Amino acid sequence: MANFTLDINNKRHEVEVANGTSLLWVLREHLGLTGTKYSCGIAQCGACTIHIDNKPMKACILQVDDFADGQKIKTIEGLSEKGDHPVQRAWIEAQAPQCGYCHSGQIMQAVALLEENPNPTKEEIKIYMNGILCRCGTYLRIVKAIELASKSNVSTI
Amino acid sequence: MSSVPKIVNRREFLKTSSGVALFIGVSGILPQIISCKDTKGIKEQLQKHDITAWVQITEDGEITIYNPAAEMGQGSMTALPLIFAEEMDADWSMVKVEFSPQEVAVYGSEGWAPGSKLMFTVGSRSTNSYYPVMRKAGAQARYVLLNSAAKHWEVPISELSSNNSTVLHAATNRKISYGELVPVLAMPEIIPDFSPEQLKNPKDFQLIGNTIPRVEIPAKVDGTAQFAIDIKLPNMVYGVLERGTLHGAKPTLTNEKEILAMDGILKIIPFDYAIGLVADTLEKALEAKKLLKIEWGDAQAIGYNSQEIYPTYEKIAGQRQTGKVVQEIGDVNAAMRSATKSYMADFKNDYVYHAQMEPLNAIVQVSADLKSAEVWVGSQQGVDPKLGVPDLLGIPHENVNIHLQYLGGGFGRRSMNDFVIEATLLAKEIAPLPVKLIWTREDDMGYGTFRPLSLQRMTASVDKNGDISGLSHSVVGDGGNLVASGSRNDHYNIPNQLVEWREASHGVRLKHWRAVGHGPNKFAIECMLDEVALGQGIDPIELRRKLMVKSPRALATLERASEIADWNTPSKEGRAKGVAFVVHGSLGTGICEISVDRSTGKIKVHQFWIALDAGIVVQPDNVRAQMEGGIIMGMSSVLKEQITIENGRVQQSNFHDYQLLRMQDIPERIETDFIASAERPEGVGETATPMVACAIANAFLQLTGKPLRHLPFTPDRVLQVLNS
Repeated sequence: MANFTLDINNKRHEVEVANGTSLLWVLREHLGLTGTKYSCGIAQCGACTIHIDNKPMKACILQVDDFADGQKIKTIEGLSEKGDHPVQRAWIEAQAPQCGYCHSGQIMQAVALLEENPNPTKEEIKIYMNGILCRCGTYLRIVKAIELASKSNVSTI
Repeated sequence: MSSVPKIVNRREFLKTSSGVALFIGVSGILPQIISCKDTKGIKEQLQKHDITAWVQITEDGEITIYNPAAEMGQGSMTALPLIFAEEMDADWSMVKVEFSPQEVAVYGSEGWAPGSKLMFTVGSRSTNSYYPVMRKAGAQARYVLLNSAAKHWEVPISELSSNNSTVLHAATNRKISYGELVPVLAMPEIIPDFSPEQLKNPKDFQLIGNTIPRVEIPAKVDGTAQFAIDIKLPNMVYGVLERGTLHGAKPTLTNEKEILAMDGILKIIPFDYAIGLVADTLEKALEAKKLLKIEWGDAQAIGYNSQEIYPTYEKIAGQRQTGKVVQEIGDVNAAMRSATKSYMADFKNDYVYHAQMEPLNAIVQVSADLKSAEVWVGSQQGVDPKLGVPDLLGIPHENVNIHLQYLGGGFGRRSMNDFVIEATLLAKEIAPLPVKLIWTREDDMGYGTFRPLSLQRMTASVDKNGDISGLSHSVVGDGGNLVASGSRNDHYNIPNQLVEWREASHGVRLKHWRAVGHGPNKFAIECMLDEVALGQGIDPIELRRKLMVKSPRALATLERASEIADWNTPSKEGRAKGVAFVVHGSLGTGICEISVDRSTGKIKVHQFWIALDAGIVVQPDNVRAQMEGGIIMGMSSVLKEQITIENGRVQQSNFHDYQLLRMQDIPERIETDFIASAERPEGVGETATPMVACAIANAFLQLTGKPLRHLPFTPDRVLQVLNS
């Protein structure tokens, strides 16, 4: 067991777990940040997508050891105070989720896309979002939500 | 003091009987389902006042309506309370929704047996079966409020009307809001058992049929929506099971001491088909699971190879002995004998897996005396609303509380309670600690329950007028109704029909998968029609138009789909359209446009159009979402998904070798148009999915002249067909 200090959503979190523990279990089961979801555990589905230093990463295959040196970890809980980030607002406008289980990951990936590329084409959206699975088949509305958020100039927020 | 508020105790529930409503006492029920983290919720809860068992109100007019169905993305959390609010004349902006207690006598809708009640979110039954229940209950809540106002003002109730959470007395020009009635709520001794004629005229609906945002979506975009897997309780421990990949094989653990010596491992619990482990953290449980050394016994499935079974199925289909008859009209053999032309084809379907994004899990806490249990679970509910837990523990039903959570997908998998039983067995062994049982994705797939592999032998006869005179449909496969559902043709005027099922059994775990047998059977039926159309030189829409002559509602969907897809205008070079008609609750005709890459065999679906008769459409935008999701999940299963069994063992383990459709493969658009209707709402969750296989195959037949008859249409299979 070892102690780790993590910078998550601009707050310091202390956690004592074994070396090599998945960052996903640390977030969900030890720190109670359950907006980030477990689904495949092998970086195939993207339900656990978070940001590390503003880049989208799949938490399930990251080890806590490698992210306790001041890297800035952002989860869905840290995206906005009141769930009103422009991407979240666009998501509600498009009524994008169905079961909703994959949508934290979808939203974190979409935010990263728009931060990199504020005006993506439909094709660029599909390529960037291709790693995040949705079993309910909400993809068309995800594309629509990203287009709506893009029009609202998410990158300036 | 006639105005003393008479608040009905929460534990007295409405039950209707012989035309009047009575209050009955039900003890031991905790109706509120509050997040363990949500202390604020508990405070607010105390300020709510009961109107009936279905609805509470605060003095500031906030109304809480119960949703009795599971919410797995299909929208029941909004649709059912919306129907209630419509009849209650509630101000929707003031409505909050919570799951109802799992008490079937109070919150059930009509079950399959006449007079029975059921809380079971399966078969697209929620909106359809709850439509009369929610309307009547909403009207009764309104009656309680009107009665209270009548008493308060000392006027006859017949002089009152209501609108948007306000009671009006036109004669004296007085009005009072529902919230203001809280201090004077007066429970009538008798609440009318409203008949459908006493309810609102659908033309007066203000909520039903409008675009209403779904109530739980904000929580699903900020990460606060609580799924069972998110539950954390004080002193909670973690459970996992190693089940192997050979269904039903008995395990013998050979390194028990070594595992028990590991840090954090609390207990090993053997099952007939698995080894269970409980540990103080999830990661320790998973680590130990990997190190289990298990010798597995035999099982029925040993020696079974799914991809080699089809010749056996063809032989079964060819046997003279008829199977179990599902539907028989006229004399199909006589029709075949007098046919001027006949067609025969076999359609094949590999196993598919549910792949709901939230792996199965449940949290169970059994009390130290083993006399009561709390269960947190995302479940489609069941015939037993307590999910088998009372029987397992040998305790009364009222000693088990089911705390229903959002489901991270259901698709039929969560209509089983195997994972709840497993969690309860672990919790019993480690009582009173709460246990969170998690299935890994590998567990969920390797020990999955699949849509059965099947073969459909279709034979059609055409008479001297060029009409289809007979259709024979022989289903071969495991799982009874799982393979036979959707094989009937009640909307096609074919005078001689025989549908029958011939059983096979392999020891593979099977379960309802969205639309169940409709997927494979509509694939076979609709493709057979297009093969006949091609052979007879008839347009596929024209052929169906003739067949639907006695089914005006079905025909209306065909005509509308044909219009919105512009069927009569040829597609551009390299593309073609295909049509399919499906009845599953709603009636729908789907048309798709595809192209195919002849070098890779990859099919591209460009557009999908659906014309749907769902009766009254309660939430149009949500129904569109169901059509979109149904088509995309259908495309995923039709173009990509395949579980294979070798020597009885599931060969796929996770999403790297069980591929789902991703965003780059979606159509440009999916357009849904509704046929206006005043009929009772029908289910919409499973109407679109079965359209996909047949619409794509029929488009492919138009494009290439060649039939696709084996699901999934993977590129290698498509190439094989193209090169044949």
